[in-house]
Amino acid sequence: MNRTTQLPDRRPVRERKGAAATAASPRARTATRRRPRSQQWAAWAFLAPVTVYLALFYAYPLYRNVDLSLRNYTVRSFVQGNAPFTGLQNYRTVFDDPAFGPALMHTVVFTAVCLFFQYAIGLALAVFFNQHFRLSATLRALFLVPWLLPLIVSASTWSWMLNSDSGVVNSALHAFGIDPVNWLTSPSWSLTSVIIANIWIGVPFNLVVLHSGLQSIPRSLYEAAALDGAGAWRRFRHITFPLLRPVSAITLLLGLVYTLKVFDIIWIMTKGGPADSSTTFATWSYRLGFGNLLPAFGPGAAVGNLLVVAALVLGLVYLRVQRKQYAS
Amino acid sequence: MTSLMTAPSTHRRRRGRAGWWKTATGLLLTTVMLFPVYWMLNVSFTRDQDMRKSPPDWFPVHGTLDGYRAVLDQQLPYLATSLVIGLGTVVLTVALSAPAGYALAKLRPRGGGVIGFLFLVAQMIPGIIMAMGFYAIYLSLGLLQSVPGLIVADSTLAVPFAVLIFTAFMSGIPGELLQAAKTDGAGALRTFWYVVLPMSRNAVVTVSLFAFLWSWSDFVFASTLANGGAHEPITLGIYQYIGNNNQEWNAIMATAVVASLPATVILVLAQRYVAAGVTAGAVKD
Repeated sequence: MNRTTQLPDRRPVRERKGAAATAASPRARTATRRRPRSQQWAAWAFLAPVTVYLALFYAYPLYRNVDLSLRNYTVRSFVQGNAPFTGLQNYRTVFDDPAFGPALMHTVVFTAVCLFFQYAIGLALAVFFNQHFRLSATLRALFLVPWLLPLIVSASTWSWMLNSDSGVVNSALHAFGIDPVNWLTSPSWSLTSVIIANIWIGVPFNLVVLHSGLQSIPRSLYEAAALDGAGAWRRFRHITFPLLRPVSAITLLLGLVYTLKVFDIIWIMTKGGPADSSTTFATWSYRLGFGNLLPAFGPGAAVGNLLVVAALVLGLVYLRVQRKQYAS
Repeated sequence: MTSLMTAPSTHRRRRGRAGWWKTATGLLLTTVMLFPVYWMLNVSFTRDQDMRKSPPDWFPVHGTLDGYRAVLDQQLPYLATSLVIGLGTVVLTVALSAPAGYALAKLRPRGGGVIGFLFLVAQMIPGIIMAMGFYAIYLSLGLLQSVPGLIVADSTLAVPFAVLIFTAFMSGIPGELLQAAKTDGAGALRTFWYVVLPMSRNAVVTVSLFAFLWSWSDFVFASTLANGGAHEPITLGIYQYIGNNNQEWNAIMATAVVASLPATVILVLAQRYVAAGVTAGAVKD
């Protein structure tokens, strides 16, 4: 969503439903090609609004963004639209910027650590909630709350909880005799703080998706393994984990895409600071474009485009992974 | 776990006791997970003078409604703007994506697969990139700080998801039904309006819920496209509260509580749609 906010795409559903009907036999597919011409017209009439929309509100902003990154924009030429073409100059500026290395590292660390913990905690909870006990379904539903809250709500709540002087976290640490930590104001802790908040937001998604993956594993397998004397850990290791691999791959890949573009949480909690200690590509791009009095749209767009390229590569990987799974 | 090995007579009792332990563990985990939400509520009722108390009050013993009074005084316009933008986004999203889903699922145009693929890719574009592009365009069109502009921008969060949901759902509608409508002389438009759409009620609900939630929660577009305008959504209302170095955290948290109401209401009233929306994408059965 958003954040991790946004939902996974729906392609599998469509493929799932469509796969049974059409993809199974190539003959069915050629048959649909030979639909009457009037139906082709009708189909495109129904698709026309969304196609125009796609061109106007996805393709054009993207194009504008590429254009921004290739010209030397100032505030004046941004309004007038006559900025000189400078080729890859903006990208060179970005690469040479001393902030580039740290931003890259923070992006990688943020994404990797968030993914690992969201998945691990999500999986543990999914296995736990997959057992039948009273209130299991209700509690699982409650776990969705952090994921549904507006990011600004979660981020500001965490900001106050992590406040150095009056935050409840430091107060709890104090009770255990631990010195207060400057969660948001110390450069060595700020990245950790935003990672904690983001893990909290991402766990529900992993829990729900992995839980529904678990439910498709036949119970008889577990019963057979238990009869053979396999303990809980061995059953998890040799049944749950391997059979969950397709779902895990998709969950992690979607998580990767959404974590890479996390912006709201970091910006609201730390603004990427202090001293750039929690700056990722997403917040850096925003700060270049909108965060200063003198906007640097060109370099901002250049940083953003690096993110787009990463997202596109991941998108292709996603498609490959999925195709492989359907082939198998 | 070991219950299978034990004698049938002790079986049930053991399971009952283990069940209680699991419920207790589940409750504990949920409590830990939802603690920040509780803390938001607690702070929203805390008096100003208790705000920096150390250690803080774990319960709002001297509860006050000052925070909520501040919300009523200052935040109502923001909430109204968010409501309008949210509803606008829902209408626009459904109007665009339901016909598209019908075409992709049932009419199968040549080249439809490309459109589906483009939407998949579109979902992966970071919001901040879209915001920068929109900013450049809106600046020249004079649409910055306008409600329609924000509705269009917010709808880009939901339309790809909506198209895929509608396509998936409408593929499940039996072809014979559409054939029957056709035999009765209904054209594609009538079939869509009187047969397909009413049958897709569940998909419409799921799409509407998420379109509303995402638009209500949007911060990226709001802060880039609506900042400083006459109509700012609630996310900006909270953000400016914090940004003004405001020390009235009860008011900030009270606003946060109010801003969380739609999500809560939706979770309570429409839980199964939410769960369906979350999982539908990532799971192959």
